[in-house]
Amino acid sequence: MNELINMSVGDAGMTAILGYLVVFSGLVLLMFVVMLVGKVMTSKAKAEPVPAAPAVEKTPEPAPGAAGELKLYDTDPRDAAMIMAIVADALGKPINELRFISIKEVKDDEV
Amino acid sequence: MNILDSLQKLVMESGFASFFITDGGWKNLIMVLLAFALLYLGIVKKYEPLLLCGIAFGCLLTNLSYFVGQGENALYHPELWAAFLDETSPYYHSYGHIMSNAGLLDFFYIGVKAGIYPSLIFLGVGAMTDFGPLLANPKSLLLGAAAQLGVFLAFFLAICIGFTGPEAASIGIIGGADGPTAIYLTSKLAPQLLGPIAIAAYSYMALIPMIQPPLMKLMTTEKMRKVKMEQTREVSKKEKIIFPIVVATFVILLLPSTAPLIGCLMLGNLFRECGVTDRLSDTAQNALMNIVTIFLATSVGATMVAQSFLNWKTLMIIGLGLVSFMISTIGGLFGGRVMYRLSGGRINPLIGSAGVSAVPMAARVSQDVAKKYNKSNYLLMHAMGPNVAGVIGSAIAAGFLLSIFGG
Repeated sequence: MNELINMSVGDAGMTAILGYLVVFSGLVLLMFVVMLVGKVMTSKAKAEPVPAAPAVEKTPEPAPGAAGELKLYDTDPRDAAMIMAIVADALGKPINELRFISIKEVKDDEV
Repeated sequence: MNILDSLQKLVMESGFASFFITDGGWKNLIMVLLAFALLYLGIVKKYEPLLLCGIAFGCLLTNLSYFVGQGENALYHPELWAAFLDETSPYYHSYGHIMSNAGLLDFFYIGVKAGIYPSLIFLGVGAMTDFGPLLANPKSLLLGAAAQLGVFLAFFLAICIGFTGPEAASIGIIGGADGPTAIYLTSKLAPQLLGPIAIAAYSYMALIPMIQPPLMKLMTTEKMRKVKMEQTREVSKKEKIIFPIVVATFVILLLPSTAPLIGCLMLGNLFRECGVTDRLSDTAQNALMNIVTIFLATSVGATMVAQSFLNWKTLMIIGLGLVSFMISTIGGLFGGRVMYRLSGGRINPLIGSAGVSAVPMAARVSQDVAKKYNKSNYLLMHAMGPNVAGVIGSAIAAGFLLSIFGG
C-alpha cells in the first residue's frame, strides 16, 4: 500500500501506460461488441418480412413537392419553421429542396 | 454580566472579528473574495453557472462560518472529516460521529463521500444522452479512448512533481473533462483535494471554446478541417434499447469498479430509450438532476476551507489540470488524424477533440471550427459520437485508477 502512496517515477510511468492500454483495449472491445450487436440487428431487420399495410389504414401520400412528416422533440412549430428557414438560407438552397426528418432541442447542461 | 461585557462577547464572537483575531482568519477573507469572484464568473460570464454558483456559495458559507478554533456554528467541519479518514482515530469511518456533530453542509457532503451525487448525476446524464451517433459509427469509441491520454500523462507528471499516487490519480482525471467522474474519484482517493479539483475540472470545461480551437488548428491542416463527412446510418429503436444493457454488462464485468458510474449512466439511458418509463426519464433529466446539482455543488464548495485550499498544491492542481485537459484534446485530435489517414480522408479529424467528454460543449466546438472552414459542413452529429464515447472512456479510466489506488 505504501508503495502506491509514495510511488516511484518508474512505477508511475508503468501505471500510466497500463492504464491507457486498459482504457484503449476496453473501448476497442466495446466497439466490436457494439458493431456485432449492430450487425445482428440490421440483418434481423432485413430478414423480417415487411407486413402488408391494411388498405384502410394507408396514410395519404405527401403532396407533390412535400418532404413528408417532420418529427419535433421539445421544439415548438414556430421555432422549427425558423430553424428550417435559417438552415435553407445558410445552405443557399430553396427550402422545398431540403428534407428535414426531425428537430430536437439540445439541452445546455454539461456533463 | 454587565451590558458592556455582553457587547464585547458578541463582538468577539462575530465573524468580522474572527477574520482578524483567529489563527489564519485572514485566509478566510481571501476565500470570501474568491467566492465573490467565482459568483461573478458564474452569473455574469455564465461559466458553468449551474455548478459554479452553487460551488461559490458553498465556499462562501464555509469560510463565513468556520474559523480555526471556533467550529461550533460552522456549517462544515473539516476536522470531523479528517477524523473520519484517519485510521488511528476512534471515529474512523464513523458516520454516527459525523451526524451527531454535523453542520448543514456536512450533511450535504455525506452524499459526495458516499459517491451518491456523482452517480445520480450520471443517471441524469444517461437520460439526457442520445447514443445514436455512437451506435451509427462505433469507431467513435476509438476517439473517446485516444482522448484519455491527458489523464495518464498528467497522472505521471503529478507523481514526478511529488504528489502521492491517489492524489496524482485524482489530478489526472481532470483531463477526462467529466465533472461527476472527477468528483467521484477524488472523493474516494484524495478528498482533501476535492475543492481545487472540482474548480479546475468545471473551469476548463467552461473554457473549452477558448482552449480547444488553437489546438485544433495546430493539429490539423486546412484540407483536413474542410472534410465533409457522409450522413451516418439510421439507428433502430431496438439497438438503442439493447445498447445500455450491453454496455453495462460488458464494462462492469471488465472493470467492476466502474459499476456505480457506468451502471447509473446506462440505467438513465435505458429509461430514456425503452419507451415505457417516460416519467422516470423525465424525472432523471430534470427534477432529480436539478436537486442533486444543488447538493453536489454546495457541498463541493464547502470543502474549499481556507486552511487547506490556500497552498501551493492548489496552484499545482490548476496548472496540471490545464496540461491534462490540453493533452487529452491533442490525443483525441491525433486519433482523428489517424482515422483520417486510415479512412482515405473521409473522416474529419476535428471530431477527435470532442472525445474529451464535456457533452455537448466539445462537440459544438468541433462543429463551430469546421463551419469556419466550410460553411456547409455540419459535423455536430458526427462529433457527438466521440463526445459520448468520452463519457464512457473517462468512467473506465476512473475505474482503473480506483481499482489501483482504492485499496
